[in-house]
Amino acid sequence: MDKELFVFLIIASVKIFIVFNVVQVMVIAMIWFERKIMAHMQVRLGPMRVGFHGLLQPIADGIKLLFKEDIIPAKAEKILFVLAPVMTLVPALCTFAVIPFGEAINIFGYHIDMVITDINVGILYILAVSSMGIYGIVMAGWSSNNKYSLLGGIRSSAQMISYELTIGLSLIGVIMMTGSLSMVDIVNAQSKMWNLVLQPLGFIIYAISAIAEVNRCPFDIPEAETELVAGYHTEYSSMKFSMFFMAEYANMITVSAIAVTFFFGGWHGPYLPGVVWFMLKLSFCLFGFIWLRSTFPRLRYDQLMHFGWKILLPLSLFNILITGLIMVVRGL
Amino acid sequence: MEPYLFYVMAATSVVAALYLIFEKNPVFCALYLVFSFINIAVLYVLLEAQFIAAVQVIVYTGAIMVLFLFVIMLLMVDVKKKQKDDLPFQRIPAMVMGFVLLVVMGLAIKSKLFQGREGEYTSAKVESIGHTQLIGKLLFTDYLLPFEMTSILLFVAVIGAIILAKRKV
Amino acid sequence: MITLTHYLVLSAILFSIGVVGVLIRRNAIVIFMCIELMLNAVNLSFVAFAHYLHSMEGQMFVFFSMTVAAAEATVGLAIIIAIFRNKETVNVDDMNIMKW
Repeated sequence: MDKELFVFLIIASVKIFIVFNVVQVMVIAMIWFERKIMAHMQVRLGPMRVGFHGLLQPIADGIKLLFKEDIIPAKAEKILFVLAPVMTLVPALCTFAVIPFGEAINIFGYHIDMVITDINVGILYILAVSSMGIYGIVMAGWSSNNKYSLLGGIRSSAQMISYELTIGLSLIGVIMMTGSLSMVDIVNAQSKMWNLVLQPLGFIIYAISAIAEVNRCPFDIPEAETELVAGYHTEYSSMKFSMFFMAEYANMITVSAIAVTFFFGGWHGPYLPGVVWFMLKLSFCLFGFIWLRSTFPRLRYDQLMHFGWKILLPLSLFNILITGLIMVVRGL
Repeated sequence: MEPYLFYVMAATSVVAALYLIFEKNPVFCALYLVFSFINIAVLYVLLEAQFIAAVQVIVYTGAIMVLFLFVIMLLMVDVKKKQKDDLPFQRIPAMVMGFVLLVVMGLAIKSKLFQGREGEYTSAKVESIGHTQLIGKLLFTDYLLPFEMTSILLFVAVIGAIILAKRKV
Repeated sequence: MITLTHYLVLSAILFSIGVVGVLIRRNAIVIFMCIELMLNAVNLSFVAFAHYLHSMEGQMFVFFSMTVAAAEATVGLAIIIAIFRNKETVNVDDMNIMKW
């Protein structure tokens, strides 16, 4: 019994360690890719000086941020000001605990699932944890004692609440067809056909609201630099700023991983091992984020709210209705 | 393991609740309440109610408390301004009465007043059906009428909130 | 071993703290938060009963009470905003024009 517990702890720790580090490395790689891809889309070269084609640029940026002076505004609410970046980053990283990233393997006779933990309310866990990320942003905006930060915080909290709703509703179609909230079950149900084929409307709604949820262009109103300086992290510098930065990219990876799990068949794919397929699909989704950013102009705040509440929300309800109807007609 | 987790979560939720009622700044009040709610969600997991725990976090901390924070930040720009208290003498009697209430409830708990009939859903049975599946099934069979009524309630609440908060009617 | 009594005592403590909070605070929003705390305390005892009596009724009631809490929060906060627009305050002592 004790030996089993010991092995379980070892396996779990190793998995957590690997996933955590892979996500961190992906965040760093993502920053480089974003700068390079956007530059090439705009007929520029992007970072070229540090290393081969600027490959070491993220490391240079990281070192710069680490050694910069850490400024806390005199009128800021100190405790919350320090706590806010942590509150943003931790939920972003916690969501990876339930995302399956490969097929189960056997090493030394031990069965190892390629997921940190498979809980039976997996997707609810993700929604719950990611809804906690709002607090970091709201606290950052309020504690800075700066009107631009406050406006950015209020805007992003309103936006995230509105679009969290459509995210949840757009996933319900898939959950209805699978009949389970567990991420592993959802992936296994897609071994023959991707949910993208069966739930095209659901995927479109999810994609749009996921972009809004992580405050990316064209929905990056909370940090619209032309009107709000930099939004909720205006007053942040040094390592605290880089934590917000990392949280934003980690959130992008999270919503992409959910998209892969729910709509692109998770790690299923021919010839290549599951982990490779998962990473390929994830990279494709992340590329979509960069592509959108360099293509679309920013929406206005009222346009965003109207779009979320008056178009996306009814559409997602319609999607649930259609899914239910088809399931009843086909007698599933 | 489980008893320790219970005691830690219980203690932190009570401490956070106490901070909530004695903290001057409403923003901190809201954050203490959020902390308390998350601890209660962990207790729900200990009670094998994973679905309720997830809904607790999504609804209470993810929606209701964000709404509270939102309203606080919109309304109280100068929260540090001291709120005047017209009835300071009410504090001590209120605490005494609260303590009396606690004692009464404690006595009621001690007297084994609450004895229920054993139900059919043991842990093993819930596990075999699936907790979420069971709640879903009950919701659309035995509790269909209350479920529909809550939907009407939410609808009325949405309309009411819009009409109340609208600038010009 | 944690029994039903433990959970009921915790629930009673949280409920009493909520009651005291409603009585001693003057800020309408904080009073509202204390009411939410009381609702949560009751929810906790519901779930505890459901677990120890092997029944699902308690959890169903929690589900409904959460819905009611959400409805209550929206309407209540809308009322607070409406009052703030008229009187520029959320202190319950200042909302006294209906006292006779």
